[in-house]
Amino acid sequence: MDHVNWIHNIPFFSIFLAMFCGIITPLIKNGYTAWKVHTTMLMIVSVMSVLLLVNVYENNETFTFMMGHFPAPWGNELRAGPLEALMAVTFSIVMLLTTAGGREFIFHDVVAEKQNLYFIMLNAIFGGMLALVYTNDMFTAYVFIEILTIVSCAMIAAKGTAQSMVSTTHYLVISLLGSGLLLLGMSILYSITGHLLFPQMKEAIVALAATKDYTFPLLVVSGFMFIGLAIKSALFPFHSMLPGAYQAAIPTSSGILSGLVLKSYIILVIKLVYAVFSPDVMLKLKIVDILFVFGLAGMVMGSVYAMCETRMKRMLAYSSVAQIGYIYMGIGLNSRIGMAAACFHILAHAITKTMLFVCCGQMVEDSGGKEQIFYLKGAAHKNKLAGIGFTVGAFSMVGVPLFAGFVSKMYFATASVYAPGKMAAVLIVLGISMVLNALYFLPSVIAIWTPVKEQERTQKEPISPLFRFSVVLFIVLNITLGIFYRPVIEVIEKGIILLQ
Amino acid sequence: MERKNSFWNKLQAWVNGEEALIHADEFIAKQKPYEQRRHLSPPKVEDIKSNKGLYGFLCVLISLVFIVVMLLVVSELPTFGEANNPANNEVMERYLEDGLKETGATNFVAGMILDYRAFDTFGESNVLFLAVISVLLLLQRDKKNIDAREDKEIAEDEAMDRADHKWILQIGAKYLSPVIILYGIYVILNGHLSPGGGFSGGSIIGGGLILYAAAYGHECVHRFLNIRSFTIISVGCLLTYCACKSYSFFTGANHVGYEIPKGIAGHILSAGFILPLNICVGLIVACTMYGFYALFTKGDI
Repeated sequence: MDHVNWIHNIPFFSIFLAMFCGIITPLIKNGYTAWKVHTTMLMIVSVMSVLLLVNVYENNETFTFMMGHFPAPWGNELRAGPLEALMAVTFSIVMLLTTAGGREFIFHDVVAEKQNLYFIMLNAIFGGMLALVYTNDMFTAYVFIEILTIVSCAMIAAKGTAQSMVSTTHYLVISLLGSGLLLLGMSILYSITGHLLFPQMKEAIVALAATKDYTFPLLVVSGFMFIGLAIKSALFPFHSMLPGAYQAAIPTSSGILSGLVLKSYIILVIKLVYAVFSPDVMLKLKIVDILFVFGLAGMVMGSVYAMCETRMKRMLAYSSVAQIGYIYMGIGLNSRIGMAAACFHILAHAITKTMLFVCCGQMVEDSGGKEQIFYLKGAAHKNKLAGIGFTVGAFSMVGVPLFAGFVSKMYFATASVYAPGKMAAVLIVLGISMVLNALYFLPSVIAIWTPVKEQERTQKEPISPLFRFSVVLFIVLNITLGIFYRPVIEVIEKGIILLQ
Repeated sequence: MERKNSFWNKLQAWVNGEEALIHADEFIAKQKPYEQRRHLSPPKVEDIKSNKGLYGFLCVLISLVFIVVMLLVVSELPTFGEANNPANNEVMERYLEDGLKETGATNFVAGMILDYRAFDTFGESNVLFLAVISVLLLLQRDKKNIDAREDKEIAEDEAMDRADHKWILQIGAKYLSPVIILYGIYVILNGHLSPGGGFSGGSIIGGGLILYAAAYGHECVHRFLNIRSFTIISVGCLLTYCACKSYSFFTGANHVGYEIPKGIAGHILSAGFILPLNICVGLIVACTMYGFYALFTKGDI
């Protein structure tokens, strides 16, 4: 046992620990204990991921982990480098804070005897996201996408209202469309490359591109796979399932789905760009330009939809559409700095949007379940912390300096300089989108802080200590990421270089 | 009119096709307590506004484009079964040539999914487990998703089900389902020796259970497969899978620990972990199949 490299076992341990906790949770009949198991698992995984991140960053290495007795083209493989470790750290910490802050929503909205089933879903979705982050194998990615699809739908349906059933169906149909396209693309790709593991596939694709064999199937494959993943991550024209789903679901589910699950598909897109279709082949395939155009359209249209919306959760959902547009725009720039900006925006959006959903859910609950922004007037005075959290989140999404959202926008603007022909479009749309963001976020911030008359003001709601802990940490994280962003950007850039 | 309930009368009625009328009064009396069910009328597709005009045109257009693209791709793909296809490479070669030696399984497919690429299969059995848990989360009766009226309707359904004499089905199920379940067990246990394995054997067993439940009612299956045993079987099997594969992944990747003996190829006790894994997968699949049936028909396992 002397030569075992324990650090290299961390990806495997994290995935199996998450799945293991999901498997044993049905035996726990009590939601509270299930939450404890889930939280313990998240804490262990976050500590392990931090260890992994420190190690791979210091050693400047990326490694593969053989899942079983058989090496790469025959067996499954996991792969970890700085980028993957950073994402795992972010996912575990954000998940920990969201389930802590949103715990009361789960206990309130899910029937008591089914709460343990909801926690199975949380464990499984975390395992699935980790597997997508670490995978080095196309088919493993597909299997865990299946898990994510089923679990996302179950998390929306968990509330059990008629509205949540309708939106679950909508979500399921669109998700399956995305999975179907991805699977179709994968099978065609397998039949022209003969491999399922990323490095071998990349070799075969580069060879095919050089010999100009199977040019048309390769084009179609890239279209199917990237559009399939774009549908799953709700890029602009395919976003129609988000507003209904996030409105109807428990705020905790909405936060996790929009902040983390959509991001895990985008991470797979980034891995596909670098580790499967190398950047050179991507340039020829033109698919990134399509993603770029969709991303630009999403940045504007998501914000326009959000402006027209009167219900707060739907507004946040449309804002997610706009932010996903930003990320795809960064990927579409097809340069390393654009990709780094996109990765940073994944982190910024993950920590901001989950906080927004948790705070928004708390304010809606304090106002008696009414979601219209009109009824939320003065909601921040009932629960100051939720109000502050929402305000910080809104500022970060608008792109006010010192908050996390500002840094990624700055990097997007910088990246556009290095993308000839795309600079003007990026800068103009970035400007429009930021103005639109401000136009819909600031009125709601002003509304929740508007003082209401003394007799109308109900007594202050008690704030649960866990909610306080989670929102304060979220705010601290957001500002830290907004001020000390250099090291994070360095990790991301190193990760992207090592990914190639 | 008093009619004699003799064999001759019955035969006469049967020949005349009026068997049900012998107990006509009883029959009607039984029917009476059921009140009118509410029937959800299906939405009229042609009345939905967005289904008209541009929407319909775009549907057809997109489908046509998709069909043409797919046909073009298929025409350019390598011909099925050619020797020099890209898929016939060193991966396939090692699976077929060294598969027997390396996994001990005569059935190469079992060796591939449960040894070479066992991580994917672990994910796949989790998919089944999560699917049935999702359905449980959605459909299991609780105070939120069922009201008094629906409860009454389910009770009526069950009463009607019991009153219905399904002789052909019952006799058929009595003789068929043990054989079906036995065959499923055979397929699972021979998964590493002959075509089949956990997934196919499990679905055969599930089919047998469903047939039995359909003929004799859920209570009969409930005696040995209730929510408690269902949870224990699923969780137990997945945990066994998780433990076996954690061991083999950990030892494989780190080059430590003891190799599982492969046994003599072709014997029932051979191929290392493949036999226990097949049993686990088979039990999960059988439970999942029956669980879906039970949840969708009466909302409880």
